[in-house]
Amino acid sequence: MSDDIKKIMFTVRNAPHGSIYVYEGLEVKLIMAAYDADISVVFMDDGVLALKQGQNTEELGIKGFEKTYGVFVDYEIENVYVDKQSMEDRGMSVDDLLVIGEDEDTEEPIKPKIIDAGEIAAMMAEQHNIMSF
Amino acid sequence: MKLAVCIYEGPYNHEASDSAYHFIKAAIDKGHEIRGIFFYHDGVYNVTKLMEPPQDDRHIANRWSELGATGIDIVVCIAAAKRRGIVDDVLVDNVRISGLGQLTMMAIEADRMVTFGD
Repeated sequence: MSDDIKKIMFTVRNAPHGSIYVYEGLEVKLIMAAYDADISVVFMDDGVLALKQGQNTEELGIKGFEKTYGVFVDYEIENVYVDKQSMEDRGMSVDDLLVIGEDEDTEEPIKPKIIDAGEIAAMMAEQHNIMSF
Repeated sequence: MKLAVCIYEGPYNHEASDSAYHFIKAAIDKGHEIRGIFFYHDGVYNVTKLMEPPQDDRHIANRWSELGATGIDIVVCIAAAKRRGIVDDVLVDNVRISGLGQLTMMAIEADRMVTFGD
């Protein structure tokens, strides 16, 4: 099937810690990345808050997942995008974004790529299936 | 068309399970194939035989079981189920517990994946 790898997009639209959607959604991404599928992840709406660096869930008594996001690239989840407008609406800039791994050659930190709604729409149109968490 | 259906919410509290059920029935009536049904998040609560709704209400778990009896693959995520105390002993018939790999195969093999939940 290697000549017919399916494109599957995940959208993350919920705020990170008020419900379990984003956390259990992350578990799906990690599993699916191990399969023969072309995975991408787009954070939008309240989902962009999940990408803020410096999250501390200790006082909430929950595990949190910022560290796992930090190794997305190691899990071969490299196509990670964030919606520009959703960030702006929530007062976020590129400085707020956490790092998802480092470049294999240059060891430069990699952050999610900021794109606009038009680019997201174009990417969505190319997908075989889209899953939302 | 080959469809897969994901259900993220528990029974009765949210309409996701009802909407998914009616969607699937309608899709089958229209001649579509259901590649599989996957319960995730609180959706795993939809298929426990411990539920006992009033007799004049629909029995959500039995309804899924009856659909499973027609040969549709109905899968409950093991990780989500274990978190919530859903194990083989409490499952209705014609439903199985398995891993997220099954969801992956549904996403790859189905023409459309339709999700019900928030």
